[in-house]
Amino acid sequence: MKKTLILSTAMAGFAFAASAQQVTVMSWGGAYGESQVEAYNKPFAEMKGVTVNMVDADNPATPIKAMVEANNVSVDVADVELSDAVRLCDEGLLEVIDHDALPAAPDGTPAADDFIEGALMSECAVANIVWSTIFAYDSSKFSGDAPSTIADLFDLEAFPGKRGLRKGAKANLEMALMADGVPAEEVYDMLETDEGVERAFAKLATIKDSVVWWEAGAQPPQLLADGEVSMTTAYNGRVFNAAISEGKPFEIVWDGQVMDFDLFVVPKGAPNKDLAMEYIAFATDTQRLADQAKWISYGPARLSSGPLVGLYKDGATEMGPHMPTAEENLANALVNNFEFWADNGTELEERFNAWLASN
Amino acid sequence: MAELTAGTLTTADGKPLKASLARAQARARRRALFLVLPLLVFVLVTFIFPIGQMLFRSIHNDSFSSNMPNVSAWFAATDPGTEPDEEAYAALAADLLLLRENRTAGEVGTRVNYDLSGSRSLFTSSARKADDLEPPFKEAIIDVDKDWDDPLLWQVMRSASSPYTLNFYLAAVDLTRDESGGITTADAQRQIYVQLFQRTLVLSALITFLTFVLGYPIAHLLATLPLRYSNLLMILVLLPFWTSLLVRTTSWIVLLQQQGVINSTLVATGIISDQNRLAMIYNQTGTIIAMTHILLPFMVLPLYSVMRPIPPSYVRAARSLGASSWKAFRSVYFPLTVPGIAAGGLLVFILAVGYYITPALVGGATGQLISNLIAYHMQESLNWSLAAALAAILLFVILVLYWIYDRLIGIDNLKLG
Repeated sequence: MKKTLILSTAMAGFAFAASAQQVTVMSWGGAYGESQVEAYNKPFAEMKGVTVNMVDADNPATPIKAMVEANNVSVDVADVELSDAVRLCDEGLLEVIDHDALPAAPDGTPAADDFIEGALMSECAVANIVWSTIFAYDSSKFSGDAPSTIADLFDLEAFPGKRGLRKGAKANLEMALMADGVPAEEVYDMLETDEGVERAFAKLATIKDSVVWWEAGAQPPQLLADGEVSMTTAYNGRVFNAAISEGKPFEIVWDGQVMDFDLFVVPKGAPNKDLAMEYIAFATDTQRLADQAKWISYGPARLSSGPLVGLYKDGATEMGPHMPTAEENLANALVNNFEFWADNGTELEERFNAWLASN
Repeated sequence: MAELTAGTLTTADGKPLKASLARAQARARRRALFLVLPLLVFVLVTFIFPIGQMLFRSIHNDSFSSNMPNVSAWFAATDPGTEPDEEAYAALAADLLLLRENRTAGEVGTRVNYDLSGSRSLFTSSARKADDLEPPFKEAIIDVDKDWDDPLLWQVMRSASSPYTLNFYLAAVDLTRDESGGITTADAQRQIYVQLFQRTLVLSALITFLTFVLGYPIAHLLATLPLRYSNLLMILVLLPFWTSLLVRTTSWIVLLQQQGVINSTLVATGIISDQNRLAMIYNQTGTIIAMTHILLPFMVLPLYSVMRPIPPSYVRAARSLGASSWKAFRSVYFPLTVPGIAAGGLLVFILAVGYYITPALVGGATGQLISNLIAYHMQESLNWSLAAALAAILLFVILVLYWIYDRLIGIDNLKLG
C-alpha cells in the first residue's frame, strides 16, 4: 500500500533535495517558532556550519503521518505534543531516539534524572518545553467583574461576547467538564465513560453558536486584538508575547489550564537523520532550554534549566510568574493525559468534527 | 483492365498517388502525435493515473489483511457468522504480538475504527499487553478488554479482512453494517455526509444563481458601452480575477467580521446597535458572499463573449415592429444569450461544488462544504479511502448533472468565448 503511494505523492509533493548540510525543523510558527529559531536554530547552525530550515504547521503531528505513509519525508525534526508523540511512536512513524546520548546537566546529573517527570517517557521523543492551554480575555472589554474561573468561559450571560476555541477535541473537552463542575483530578475518569463525553459535548453545545474556531496558534491573539472574540483559549506563550511585547491588554486566566509537553521527534525516514539527532541533543541541553524561555513563556523541560531562566528579551520582565508551572498558576491545573489522547484521540476528533459540521 | 491500371494516378517516382498520400498523411499524424505526446504523458501521469489510484483506494484497503495474517486466515477458513472459538482467539493473540513487534496496532486499529467507532484504542492498548497473553486465549484476551467479546467487532473484522470493500461508500452516505452484515443507518451523531452533499449542491446552485443575477447586467453593460468605457469596466471585472484567491478571501474577512468595516459603518451610522452587530462571516452567509464574488468573473466573461456579437439592430427591429422593451428583451435578446448563461452557469456551478479554501477560511462551522470534509480526511484523519469514496460520489453527481444539463440545454449550445 505504501509503495503504490510513492508515485502519486512524488508528483504532488515537494521533495526536498537531501543534503547532509542541512536539517529541517517543523514547528508551530509564530512567536513560539521564533523562540526556537533564536534559542536553538541559530546557535546550532553557527556551531556546526550547517543550514537549519524552519517550516510551520498548525500541528506538525498531522503532516508527519501523511509524509511517512507516502514515503516522502521532507522534515528531519518535528515539534509535537506528548499524546501525538506516543501515538506516532506506537504506529511506527517515528525513529527511536537514544536518550543516553543526551548531554548531562552542567553539575553532572545524567539527562534521565535531569528532565522533569514524563519528559522522556516516549522512546521516540525528547521534551523541550512545558506549555499550557489557557483562556485569555481583553481586559478593556470587561468593565465590571473580569472572568476568573474556567466556568466563566462558558458563561455567556455574565460575560457576553464571542469565544475563540481551538478547532479540535483535545483540551476543549477537559475544559468543558471542568467548567461543568468536574474537579480536575476526575476529568479523565469521566471522559473514559460515554456519559462523560456526552456531558462535555453538551457543555460545549451551550456556547457552540458563539464560538469562532481557530487552528493556528497565532490566531487567538489576533482574534482578541481584532475584537472578534471577547475571550479565547490559547497557548499561554502566545498570549504572553502579545501582552508583553506588543502591549495588548490581554489577561490570562490560569484556572482550569491544561498543561502539556512539546517534544522533538524524528519522522521515520528523515533525510538527515544523524544531524537531526545531533540537533535534538543540542537543543535540549540545559543552556538552550533556558535560552528558549527568554523568548516566550514556556517552561524548560530540564530541572537544571530552571535557575538559568532570566528575564524576557525586553530585559525587564521576570519570566517566572508567567510560566504554566508557577506555583500560583497551578491552583486548578490539569495535566494532559497523553495515554487517554493517544488511545482515544482519533475517535474523539472524528466525533468532534461530526458534531461541528452538524447544525 | 489494362486501361484502368494505366489510368491510375501515380507520383513522379511511379508509386500510386493514393498510397503515397496515405504514407505522407500517416507521417504527419505521427509527427502530430509526437508533438502532443508530452502533454498526453503529462495528463496521464499527473491526472488520470492518480485519480484512478484514488478511486481504486475507495474500494481497496489492505491495512487489516496484511497486518493480521492469522486472524485473516481464520476468517477465510470459517463461514460468515461463525462464533469466534479458542482457535480464533489464539490467532488473535498471535496477531496482537505481531502488531506490537511491527508497531502496526495503530494502523489496524484505525482501519477497524473506520467501521466500528471506538475500537482503535482496543487494538493499541491490547497490543501493548500482548506479551502477557497465555492460553486459554479467549479468557485471557477478554480479560484484557471485554469489548473483544462483541459480535459486532468480529463481524467488522471479518469484513475488514478482505482488502476489497464497499464499506467506504456506505460510510460516505451515512450508512454502516450491523452485526449480521446487513446495511443500516449510522448513529445519528455521526450522520454528516448526506447533509453536507445536500448543502454543497444547494449552496452551489444558489451561488450560481447569484452570480447570474449580478453578472448579467454587468456583462450587458460591458457589451454595449463604447469601447473606452467598456475597457475600463473590463479591467475592473478582471482585476479581482488576477488577484490571489487568498487575498480576496481575507479581504472579505476584513470587511465582514464583527469588528469589520461594514459592521462598524452600520454601528457608526446608528443603523444597528453595538450589541447587535451582524454575523456575516464564519457561517454560511460568509461562504455565499465570498464565493459569489470570487466566481463572478467566470459568469461575466462567457456572458460578455456571447453578448458582444449580438447586433443592436435586432432589438431595434423588434422595437420598431411594436414590441415593448420587455418583450424585445425576452423574445429576442435573452434567447441569444442562453449559450453564455449555460456556459457561465455550468462553469460556476462545477467550480463551486469543488471549492474548499474559501469555505474553510470564512465558512465557520455551518459554511463548510463536502470538499472541506474530503480535505479533512485527506490531510488530518488520513482516511484516504473514505476521502476517495466521497470524491468519487461527488464526481458521479457532477457527471449526472452534466448529463441532465446536456439533455435539457445541449452541450453544443455551450459557448465559452
